[in-house]
Amino acid sequence: MKEISSAIQLIPLEHYIFLSVALFCIGLMGVLFRRNTIIMLMCIELMFNSVTLLCTAFSAYHSDPAGQVFVFFIMIVAAAEVAVGLSMVVMMKRNIDSVDINLLNRLKW
Amino acid sequence: MVGLIPIINIVWLIPAFPLLGFLITGSAYKRLKHRQAGIIASAMVFFSFIASVVLYFVLRSSGQESATVTLFDWIAIYNMNIPFAFLIDHLSLTMMLIITGVGFLIHLYSIGYMSGDERVNSFFAQMNLFTFSMLLLVMGANYLVLFIGWEGVGLCSYLLIGFWFKNPMNNYAARKAFVMNRIGDLGFILGIILLFFTFKSVSFSEVFSQASAFQSGAPVITMITLLLLVGAVGKSAQIPLFTWLPDAMAGPTPVSALIHAATMVTAGVYMIARSSILYNLAPITLNVIIILGLATAILAAVIALRQNDIKKVLAYSTVSQLGYMFLALGLGAYSTAIFHLTTHAFFKALLFLGAGSVIHAMGGEQDIRKMGGLSKTMPVTYVTFFAGTLAISGIPPFSGFFSKDLILSKAFEHSVLLYIVALVGALLTCFYMFRLLYLVFFGEQRLPGHPHESPRVMTIPLVILSILAAFGGVLNIPSFLGGNSNFSNFLQSSVISKAPEEISHSTEIGLILTSLVLLSLVILLAYRTYVRKALVPAEEGKSIFFFNRLIERKFYIDEIYTEVFEKPFGFLSDFLFSKVENTVLDPAVDGIGSATSGFGTLVRRIQRGNISFYLFAMVAGILLFIIFILIV
Amino acid sequence: MIFLFYMLSAIMIISALLVVFSKNPVNSVIYLIVCFLAMAGHYILLNAQFLAVVHIIVYTGAIMVLFLFVIMLLNLNKAIIPQKSRVTRISAVITGGIFFLVLLAATRQTFEIHARYPFRGDIGLVSEVGNTLFHEFLLPFEMSSVLFISAMVGAIMFGKKDA
Repeated sequence: MKEISSAIQLIPLEHYIFLSVALFCIGLMGVLFRRNTIIMLMCIELMFNSVTLLCTAFSAYHSDPAGQVFVFFIMIVAAAEVAVGLSMVVMMKRNIDSVDINLLNRLKW
Repeated sequence: MVGLIPIINIVWLIPAFPLLGFLITGSAYKRLKHRQAGIIASAMVFFSFIASVVLYFVLRSSGQESATVTLFDWIAIYNMNIPFAFLIDHLSLTMMLIITGVGFLIHLYSIGYMSGDERVNSFFAQMNLFTFSMLLLVMGANYLVLFIGWEGVGLCSYLLIGFWFKNPMNNYAARKAFVMNRIGDLGFILGIILLFFTFKSVSFSEVFSQASAFQSGAPVITMITLLLLVGAVGKSAQIPLFTWLPDAMAGPTPVSALIHAATMVTAGVYMIARSSILYNLAPITLNVIIILGLATAILAAVIALRQNDIKKVLAYSTVSQLGYMFLALGLGAYSTAIFHLTTHAFFKALLFLGAGSVIHAMGGEQDIRKMGGLSKTMPVTYVTFFAGTLAISGIPPFSGFFSKDLILSKAFEHSVLLYIVALVGALLTCFYMFRLLYLVFFGEQRLPGHPHESPRVMTIPLVILSILAAFGGVLNIPSFLGGNSNFSNFLQSSVISKAPEEISHSTEIGLILTSLVLLSLVILLAYRTYVRKALVPAEEGKSIFFFNRLIERKFYIDEIYTEVFEKPFGFLSDFLFSKVENTVLDPAVDGIGSATSGFGTLVRRIQRGNISFYLFAMVAGILLFIIFILIV
Repeated sequence: MIFLFYMLSAIMIISALLVVFSKNPVNSVIYLIVCFLAMAGHYILLNAQFLAVVHIIVYTGAIMVLFLFVIMLLNLNKAIIPQKSRVTRISAVITGGIFFLVLLAATRQTFEIHARYPFRGDIGLVSEVGNTLFHEFLLPFEMSSVLFISAMVGAIMFGKKDA
């Protein structure tokens, strides 16, 4: 336990920044890449998580629990977003019998 | 003294009653039937009158001379603090009593006069709104509250002149009145602004207490007083802005009586009297007022000699009497001016209402050449009108005698020349009023038909007003007649008149006798001309003498205004319209519009509803944003 | 320990890429769960023990199950959704890459970070997090319940038949 708690002192903060930037960009790429709305939602979750990881990393390096509290709030927002987003997906499936984002172009009207 | 503070706070009731009446009659004007609107409106003004009387006694028993009641903070920005406050002193009380008292009688009269008009409910709503505005005007404790009332009465005047808006001439008259007033109001606003810049306040008490620090004839004070004078000239129909008032007779006769004789047009006189401390410091302005007032008095009286419309004669007579008030103001005799204002409110309202009664009886005919012999058929109107004529002519013991004679004697103190000119004006007044009286009520009936006496609701106000016109002079019996000038002393605390140079009683009595002899000669002349010879004025355009024609055409003043102001302005507008508007502005505006919509059609293609594309655009935008931050 | 970090990072990035590129949505969900588990490992490395547990319970346990549930309920694993055009896919990858580069460029311009407080190993424990949450962040915490209510109302509104 002692070993783990001091582990982060060995890993530079920059590594975490790079990691979360990479995750964020993968999520972003996924949102642009896919047409399936559910996968897009999942990619958004991925982006959320990259941010939470960054928050936690900063919190650990500053030894300030406030950063972890922010992770909670991000989780709250993510959960709410998933609830609404998935219900929208369900409705979309029911109305146009597809979850293809490109078929939603009628939103313009 | 103890009870003063709580009771004085009811002061807000006085303007609140007419406002309430306006709201009731104005909002329910479609539901009210028959005479309901008139009764409500009259009752509201009557309540105001009662409240004013109560206030008068309260103030009197308290022993205080003035009281300021602040209703709420109106404008409070940085170091500018303008409360919505009422100033109750002897001057404003006098005005309030006139407005509500005479106003009530005219409202009552209107119930009869306006019955049968399809828009009678709106009429009473507007009359109540006018009363409210006028009360604000005289009660305001600073120039800004006064200004609200000032504009409010202007609006109501416009609405009521154009009350019968189906006739385009009436609308033209209303517009003319409004525009003329606007010229004056511009000066008034500038005056208030300059006042604020000079004194850092617009409240009467602060301005007047600071004004004593200025020397007599200080340029800034002269400037302020001149600008305020411009406003007063517009509102009170003095040269050169008087032409709107005769045209304003297009409105219903009670309107002419209330607004264009008794109250609104005297607002300028009130305002100058209120600012007496400032005006005392500006001798140049006072001289300007003397010249304007005297010129107006004479010019209007001369024009009135040849007018054939019963209301036009009275309108020019109003202009002329206002000129007398201005003369008194210019002489520094502010309380005299207010006294003349009071008596004028009585007898001119009476004359207008009498004229209205005549017009009512003649079925809308206003040409005095077609009237005649009405003394038999309309006895009450005749007697009351006669009393009004005697009063305006200055025959003792009628009220006009006291006030006009006071002005004349003040003029005599100033210079003999002024006195002579003013006396000539008074004689002219006497002549045209008796001409009017003889033509309307004496001789033979010149038009077929059966004129009838007006209903009682119209004659009762006439009787009350004629009593006031006859005996209103007792308010201010001069010392040489055994009185003690109560009215002037009453106003002493509010308006600071210039120190009177006492003239001896014998001189004064001599002056009065002179004017009395001349007046009786003039009355005799009028009698010989219009009753003995039964001379009926010729049709228009038949006068041979140049001077007669000049008078009949009202000295071509309207025509001159048209040539000098209206036509060049029209040319300028035409030029701007055809050259600037059509060739430059319109294409430019149109071009902006079509360019925008063309760009819109272009950009619209991006908005296809493709969410993927939106996402790309969003990410690209964020990228550009970050890159921008990184580079800059 | 550093080895552990790199291994977890590798798992995360590979599984994240697989989430994006796998054809079957169910597979995507599974890979995302793997990614989140690796994330929980990172949390433990970062001394955020409580967060790690919550992350597993909330994300892997609730949110991802919800995803799976919806996919299976709507029978989406069979539905064939055509991929975007080749140009769009390539430009998506390029955009993601450019974004990565730009963010890295942004980090290069930052200054060196100094820890604000002396190092403590116990900030991730329940008591520490709870103290901060209920002292400093009490109002936002209460507000989040409002957010949940509105999200719930919205979800139910969308889920109604005649909506």
